[in-house]
Amino acid sequence: MKQQVDTVATGIRRTPDHTMRHHFDIVVVGAGPAGLNAAHAAARTGASVALLDDNPRAGGQIWRQGPGYAPQAPLHNLLTAIGGQANISHWPSTRVIAPLGPRGLLLESAERGGVCITYERLILATGARERLLPFAGWTLPGVTGAGALQALIKGGMPVRGERIVIAGSGPLLIAALATARAAGARVVAVVEQASAFDVARFGASLLAEPGKLRQAVGMTRGFVGLPYWTDSIVEEAHGDGRVERVTIARGSGRKRVTLDCDCDRIACGYGLVPNITLAQALGCAISEAGEIVVDDGQRTSVESVFAAGECTGVGGAELAGVEGEIAGLVASGATGHTALDTQRARWRRFGRRVDTAFALRDAARTPPADTTLLCRCEDVRIGEVREFSSWRDAKLHTRCGMGACQGRICGAAASLYFGWQSAAPRAPFSPAQVGTLMAMNAEPPPGE
Amino acid sequence: MNRSGSAATICLTIDGQRIAVEAGTTVAAALALAGVGSTRMSVSGQPRAALCGMGVCQECRVTIDGRAHALACQTLCREGQIVRTDDSMDMR
Repeated sequence: MKQQVDTVATGIRRTPDHTMRHHFDIVVVGAGPAGLNAAHAAARTGASVALLDDNPRAGGQIWRQGPGYAPQAPLHNLLTAIGGQANISHWPSTRVIAPLGPRGLLLESAERGGVCITYERLILATGARERLLPFAGWTLPGVTGAGALQALIKGGMPVRGERIVIAGSGPLLIAALATARAAGARVVAVVEQASAFDVARFGASLLAEPGKLRQAVGMTRGFVGLPYWTDSIVEEAHGDGRVERVTIARGSGRKRVTLDCDCDRIACGYGLVPNITLAQALGCAISEAGEIVVDDGQRTSVESVFAAGECTGVGGAELAGVEGEIAGLVASGATGHTALDTQRARWRRFGRRVDTAFALRDAARTPPADTTLLCRCEDVRIGEVREFSSWRDAKLHTRCGMGACQGRICGAAASLYFGWQSAAPRAPFSPAQVGTLMAMNAEPPPGE
Repeated sequence: MNRSGSAATICLTIDGQRIAVEAGTTVAAALALAGVGSTRMSVSGQPRAALCGMGVCQECRVTIDGRAHALACQTLCREGQIVRTDDSMDMR
């Protein structure tokens, strides 16, 4: 509640247009590979399209732009194409705060304040976030996710000369390695929880996707001499006010050993979790794996709502782009996308190979010691939480999941360790200014 | 990575310290460049800094130009911005 009080005290401000209400044929939430392709495809029919994104620049996570990171070809081409489509309105630094009525959303926009928006069709391209699992000392400054490290570096964070341990699981660790090294960091080790066999088999499977193989070779150039430890996890981060050392556990059972490395950063992420908050709030069916369920036309179970990209199942940028294009075409009434269907099937197969190879094993699935913090927002320890039998009970008794991130970080861990499913989210989906919430009830300006 | 010598520079103030950064830099990166190690103090008094880098964890929240709870990782530096972390604010 403290943060909300601060916002009330300092955050009420005049927006240029007080309340603004906008109607679009199609609203796309998320400007990553899926959202950009969806908007571009939908706008080709002449439909009015709003493209919303919470970042200041389009590209999502994988195509993140920054000083020294100019858009690569796929993003650059899309941005150029979209730039030429006057019927696309791109609203960056904009978050969805709540659903409104039958087909509307309340937004908070850095530029426009509280805005009400309505649509004929909605395309959710909300992507995925990293699965950040707790370990002793994980709250020390200097501990980040692996994709997080990449994002922070692309935003201009200096890492030159820093000793970094990259850990967790998945191909994202290799991408983070490449970015960190290119920025002059000394990556001390990559700590991967998957087995050597599974990683090798995945590597061999890349022969079926030459483009991915080229990517992998490019990223792992200079790999020689870098410790890439499979069947290993981060056990503890040590330091006084900041990361100084990490304890890594390798192997299991009788073969288990631990070792310490001095380091300046630990970048640790265990794969990706689809962002489904808005989909859940709208009533979309969600799979057991936590993905938005969609049909061949990328339609969700809710009429007029589509979904594309990582939020329907993690599978990489190529899959996201294809799904986005299909969603854009179907949502805008275009017919026929068989060629795209074939591409989608191919990239889904790739995505499943990633899931299989990097599925979390026992060591990663084992909760750390009871004294470890689970909920970082409210400082609730694992020991306090595990005595309860549901997410709801744990929340009500300990405040776990009731803080600023609304359980987005700790909820993924709780789901993995205890099998708890989160309840349907309640608005506001993000901390919002009072002025934004008031926009829900305001009259539309005259002449609308 | 080729940085053009003519990249625009932006000056902002972080906890009273003036710093110049390249245009397009996030406030989260500027904090690191300014040597500011943490953005907030946790409920139990621990220093915290950015964790997820993508606007989810809320650990990187700072006050920018008087507006609280701005996420540093999702905010670009702007000329003349005044950024304050939790440590420097009078919370009484």
